[in-house]
Amino acid sequence: MILLKVAGVMHAIKKNKVAYAYIAPFYILFIIFGLFPMVSGFALSFFRWDGLGSMNFLGLGNYINLFNDSLFWKALYNTLFIGIIAHIPILLGGLILAYILNSDLIRGQNLFKTIYFMPMVTSAVAITIIFQNLFGNNYGLINYIFGLFGKDPVNWLGGDGSFIKVAVIVMFAWKWIGWNMVIYLAGMQGIPQEIYEAAKIDGASHTRVVFNIVIPLLKPIILFTLIQSTIGMFNLFTEPFVLTGNNWGGGTNGGGLTLMMYLLNKAPQGGNAYGYASAIAYVMTFMIVCVAFILNKVMNRNEVKGGM
Amino acid sequence: MHVLKKTTLYLILISVALVMLLPFYMMFVMSTLSTNEIYSFPPVMTFGGNLITNFKNMIAAVNLPRAFLNSLIVTSLNAVLVLFFSSIGGYAFSVYDFPGKKQLFLVLLGTMMVPFTAGIIPWFIMMSKFGWINNFAALIIPGSANAFGIFWMRQYCQNNVPRSLMEAARIDGCSEWTIFFRVIAPILKPAYASLGIMQFVNIWNEFMQALLILRKEEYYTLSLLLKSMVSDRGTDYGAMMLASTCAVLPLLICFLFASKYFMDGLTAGAVKG
Repeated sequence: MILLKVAGVMHAIKKNKVAYAYIAPFYILFIIFGLFPMVSGFALSFFRWDGLGSMNFLGLGNYINLFNDSLFWKALYNTLFIGIIAHIPILLGGLILAYILNSDLIRGQNLFKTIYFMPMVTSAVAITIIFQNLFGNNYGLINYIFGLFGKDPVNWLGGDGSFIKVAVIVMFAWKWIGWNMVIYLAGMQGIPQEIYEAAKIDGASHTRVVFNIVIPLLKPIILFTLIQSTIGMFNLFTEPFVLTGNNWGGGTNGGGLTLMMYLLNKAPQGGNAYGYASAIAYVMTFMIVCVAFILNKVMNRNEVKGGM
Repeated sequence: MHVLKKTTLYLILISVALVMLLPFYMMFVMSTLSTNEIYSFPPVMTFGGNLITNFKNMIAAVNLPRAFLNSLIVTSLNAVLVLFFSSIGGYAFSVYDFPGKKQLFLVLLGTMMVPFTAGIIPWFIMMSKFGWINNFAALIIPGSANAFGIFWMRQYCQNNVPRSLMEAARIDGCSEWTIFFRVIAPILKPAYASLGIMQFVNIWNEFMQALLILRKEEYYTLSLLLKSMVSDRGTDYGAMMLASTCAVLPLLICFLFASKYFMDGLTAGAVKG
């Protein structure tokens, strides 16, 4: 019986060998470099391992230690704080800019799109180097502009470290707003013009058009951008790292310490706590999956309601 | 009323545009300033005369051409592999019928849902066991399995590759391999362009994996070279700004000339996905 099955499989492979050969590279590479690390990472999160010696089984030990690790909580808080606040300008700003650009009053759409999108093709390290200068305490352009409006200069990158997060949020928003805008605009252009016309004839205000027509129709696209930027938020590393002068601790008082930075610092970058770092990685993964799941649920539930 | 509305809208668009352009402008300006001018207050916002000196300092401090070449090698090899594997995979899923096709495709979609973060630690251990620390292979090969690329190519093939074309080529006696390279690949050019741009931009600007893998200066990519200038306290500030400009400018110029293709490529997942 088993022999017959094996023979059957062999026959199928032989008959369709071209198709299997074409898709094989992906699955082989994925098993080696994707699946295997993923599974062994989960296993590793239950051990203590310094990367060289023997592995000690800890059970849930790493996760329990994580729960009591104040730096982990700080990194989690920073990551969520930066991510959640930064989503307001990139979501709302992206929608508003796209809505304005979609108006027939506006010319030069492509020029504006191109300018807003420029950060997306620019090295994050280079961007951060520039912003580090703009945020400079005694010489930076941003404090200079603050001075023009009669505001006291802010010690963005120093002080008690609490403004590092604000600086990172500004950079995050500056970078992603154009990407969101271009995607939302493409979505809006897919909405038939008659729908806008009809709303206008009914005397609907722009706010109502945006909230009652545009946002419900763009829901799948908004969901996509939300999930992408959520993953971006959890992977946030380059900007705070370079902004604080390549500081693995996230600058003054760990103000810019993010989960990804903490994870990398725990193992590959000298910490050598491979099991502990794997536990952090799995907590992060769990949170990403949860957020994606919740977003999906929330978005779909509203859709059903709207449909009735 | 109409004019007022129009002016307001333009005012919003233009002020946002200025905010987007300002950091780029300041980067270009500071490339031409001396360190003293950069640290002066109020900030100097017009081009200065220190470009040549900054250039000399930059050349003395870092090996920019080498980093440029390293970035180019990593990025283009990875992009070529991704395009090749994605197009043959997507094509196979689109035009062939074979046992397990549906299940295998579901697995492929599933792999897109799992964040890279989950396996990052074992991935790093694996790279060191392979002897791939300070080896470009670590940045080229693992990333060449691109589920989204296959998904994207499959969509494109389904909409643009008529099966009759394959039948005709088969009757002419072409092998399956020849059909792909001679008949199908040319049709896929626009899809290659979008996916290629997406991959090129992402890998060119990639930082985290490069930071973990490439520890020796001779292997630094542009991002790592810039980062090394930040940590080195002795680095001349004007030279660092000039190096940033040099790292950013090539891709930025390509983008300005073909912005439509870049925007289509980099937002590809949203519109079709």
